[in-house]
Amino acid sequence: MDTQQQQQQQSFIQGAKVLMVGAGGIGCELLKTLALSGFQDIHIIDMDTIEVSNLNRQFLFRRSHVGQSKSKVARDAVLRFRPHINIRSYHANVKNPEFDVDFFKQFDVVLNGLDNLDARRHVNRLCLAADVPLVESGTTGFLGQVTVHVKGKTECYECQTKPAPKTYPVCTITSTPTKFVHCIVWAKDLLFAKLFGDKNQDNDLNVRANNAASSSKETEDVFERAEDEDIDQYGRKIYDHVFGYNIEAALSNEETWKNRTRPRPIYSKEVLPESLSQQNGTTQNCSATDDDSTVSAMPLLGLKNPQELWGLTQNSLVFIEALKLFFAKRKKEIGHLTFDKDDQLAVEFVTAAANIRAESFGIPLHSLFEAKGIAGNIVHAVATTNAIVAGLIVIEAIKVLKKDADKYRMTYCLEHPSRKMLLMPVEPFEPNPACYVCSKTPLVLEINTQKSKLRDLVDKIVTAKLGMNLPLIMHGASLLYEVGDDLDDIMVANYNANLEKSLSELPSPVINGSILTVEDLQQELSCKINVKHREEFDEEKEPEGMVLSGWTQSPATNGESASTSNNENEKAVDVTESSSGPEMASKKRRLSETQPENDKKETENVESDDDEIMEIENPVMVSKKKKRVE
Amino acid sequence: MKKNSLDKEVLLSRFSRLNLRMDGEELTEQETALYDRQIRVWGANAQRRLTKSHILVSGIKGTVAEFCKNIVLAGVGSVTLMDDSLVNEEALNANFLIPPDENAYKGKTVAEICCDSLKDFNPMVLVSVEKGDLSARSTEFFEKFDVVVIGYGSLATKKAVNEKCRKLSKRVAFYTVDCRDSCGEIFVDLQDYKYTKKKLEEKVECELNFPSFQEAVSVPWKPIPRRTAKLYFAMRVIEVFEENEGRKHGECSLLDLPTVLEIKKKLCEANSVSESLIPDSLLERLITGTIEFPPACAIVGGILAQEVIKAVSGKGEPLKNFFYYDAQDGKGVMEDISNSFTS
Repeated sequence: MDTQQQQQQQSFIQGAKVLMVGAGGIGCELLKTLALSGFQDIHIIDMDTIEVSNLNRQFLFRRSHVGQSKSKVARDAVLRFRPHINIRSYHANVKNPEFDVDFFKQFDVVLNGLDNLDARRHVNRLCLAADVPLVESGTTGFLGQVTVHVKGKTECYECQTKPAPKTYPVCTITSTPTKFVHCIVWAKDLLFAKLFGDKNQDNDLNVRANNAASSSKETEDVFERAEDEDIDQYGRKIYDHVFGYNIEAALSNEETWKNRTRPRPIYSKEVLPESLSQQNGTTQNCSATDDDSTVSAMPLLGLKNPQELWGLTQNSLVFIEALKLFFAKRKKEIGHLTFDKDDQLAVEFVTAAANIRAESFGIPLHSLFEAKGIAGNIVHAVATTNAIVAGLIVIEAIKVLKKDADKYRMTYCLEHPSRKMLLMPVEPFEPNPACYVCSKTPLVLEINTQKSKLRDLVDKIVTAKLGMNLPLIMHGASLLYEVGDDLDDIMVANYNANLEKSLSELPSPVINGSILTVEDLQQELSCKINVKHREEFDEEKEPEGMVLSGWTQSPATNGESASTSNNENEKAVDVTESSSGPEMASKKRRLSETQPENDKKETENVESDDDEIMEIENPVMVSKKKKRVE
Repeated sequence: MKKNSLDKEVLLSRFSRLNLRMDGEELTEQETALYDRQIRVWGANAQRRLTKSHILVSGIKGTVAEFCKNIVLAGVGSVTLMDDSLVNEEALNANFLIPPDENAYKGKTVAEICCDSLKDFNPMVLVSVEKGDLSARSTEFFEKFDVVVIGYGSLATKKAVNEKCRKLSKRVAFYTVDCRDSCGEIFVDLQDYKYTKKKLEEKVECELNFPSFQEAVSVPWKPIPRRTAKLYFAMRVIEVFEENEGRKHGECSLLDLPTVLEIKKKLCEANSVSESLIPDSLLERLITGTIEFPPACAIVGGILAQEVIKAVSGKGEPLKNFFYYDAQDGKGVMEDISNSFTS
């Protein structure tokens, strides 16, 4: 570039107004590089606060900042070495209504440094609606990628379906686990939820002490703890129920175990002799009114190393001790708790419970460190990949500002060189003409219109699959459902009533052949859904009881993509996704996403597990037959 | 019925960990919490080794500032900085470690200012300054370190330091890095290097032999495959130019182009290759682009840090032996250049 070109580039940069979404791993590096590169007007949105585990890579933050807003602290830190630029920070969720199409329209380019699919899709739609170019990115461990999305010129972020977070069939979790992650989901979403979470929540855990079929009297809920019931006794009762009784009950069904390894029931008295609990009675000695949210079972048992593999006895001790500590020290929280990966006691409990279950089913046990990663959907991350990706983002952003369309690239940061390349640029593809987000293709929904309720449609399809935030559902001229602040009570009551009705019973009946219009006004997205009635769905393969399809996959992907969104493809893991959190807990029969564990147990060999679970969202293996941008 | 509360499994795992733990104590609780996310990438053993490593860095501009930030965050044992140049306007450009307060940096060296900033990123890392001329140091000086990184060094310095490192019985990993305009070069010399790599489900022991810096930059051009990154050749021309003219990194302009092209001509002739091997436009970019491009700094500094982390931990296949990045084509390529081309 000669001096004149350089000056021209600088003026594009200096005059640009840029929006950054995310002030975390990528965000910190990006904000720094943008500032150094001469950008002078940067807005940054992030809803999170700073945690200790961020500090290994989010270098704009210090220990003293823990608890403070990421976007604000990032802004302050960068202003220290570039005091004269304008940085506006928003400590808010990008999905908030204040960030509407008009808000997005003020920017020349939007740069994403997000960690979840949901927000990415939302931003994608707003950028399309506002006609503002979007530079997307993601990193996990040593892998990273940067992609460019310009309306009409390239694919939008959703032109190629992104694999949805992994969910597991209910029966696998409740009855026939084969992997450690199944045990984690059981321990977290069933057992933990049952013991410490909202009592009114539906829960698939078997709580009856007696065989319901044979008993005519009132069956009691084993999980109910009597007023004065000794905590240790209670703990053992629970232990015996879930690891002993429930397993025996499951074993009684011969069919289930015909082609499967039988689990073995485990009872507390065989693992933990009575005398042991007296020795570990430290909890009993403490005042029952003590309130300590940092309490932990491990030190009380002499366990120091979270990477250590505990045996059955150790896990059992932790199970009982953790349970006791919850009741002794955190009584007030019981009934309101949701699993939080940063809640040490919760992690200990879930690890222990999952391990005991794993032991029962002959599945390899895992350390607390590993279990925490799986249960907490922890994305492993290092500073270097984020720094590299940030550099790549700025380079693409500059091309976008210069409207240098021929030069736009998707760049992949690889761990092992491919054809000598560690950084591999690829030309973007043209928009997928069958993309329902940017090209308005109608969809087909197979569903049992007599059995499925509107609520199921809203939860599983509109919110989850279509990613709509504030949806509106219409059947012809009839408004079946909508979400918003300005609705009057009658309308809300109407909609609530509709949710509980089956589709065919709605005021405007939805039956085979009906066409629904589903819209999100904020995202400016409108979809047409052709409804097809179907009686039966396979519980294992189609656990949601409905199948959404109809858009043709963009020709490039090698047919392996999840074209039917319900395809519970074993390998379909979006690892740039982190947990969506507690919102899943409220959905009946919907077990939350967790990150499948690495096959290796030793954390020493972590580096190449990337090969197995890393799935970059736009795989490099995409066939070259797809039309490139001219 | 066991009276002992400890499982046999637990005892065994504790013992086996003792055997593996050749490098000293366990990570502290603070370290484990801080490094959690990266331990999930490279494992606790690798993290322990990092904590005990000593890195020497000479020549600090944008790319090296990025590199330092990365390794400090990664939690190396110590970083020793060498750069006696005084802070000026130009130094501020791509170096975010230098706050733009003239009162704060006046009279101080680049190394001194960067030292203070780096300490802030990770109080557990020992960051210090070493004054003086790198090339004047004795061989013994380098023995203190596990890794030596020379940024923007002269041909003579790079050769001399590499030779000293190779003389030591302890293996000192040697790297050079140079960024101009929006491209960069990294050179790696790990001598005879053994490492572990994961192949399918197994851990495989591998070995690589790296050529010295002297050898790597003196490889005859003729046998080198045509598709090799042009930057390799262009950088060799620049090296000769700077040596002949007594220039430091960045002390050049468009006016020097004729001299540079003359050197290119001579080198191509000497190697019996066509001058078209090295585009003039590339050489022009390298001598006029004296200011580093911050995004390229982030990229090259990131790659370099990853390499150093790999070498210290002994895990993962290292880059052998050159890396080139060029923002113009967006590629980051590895080139393996040694005398093995000549049969």
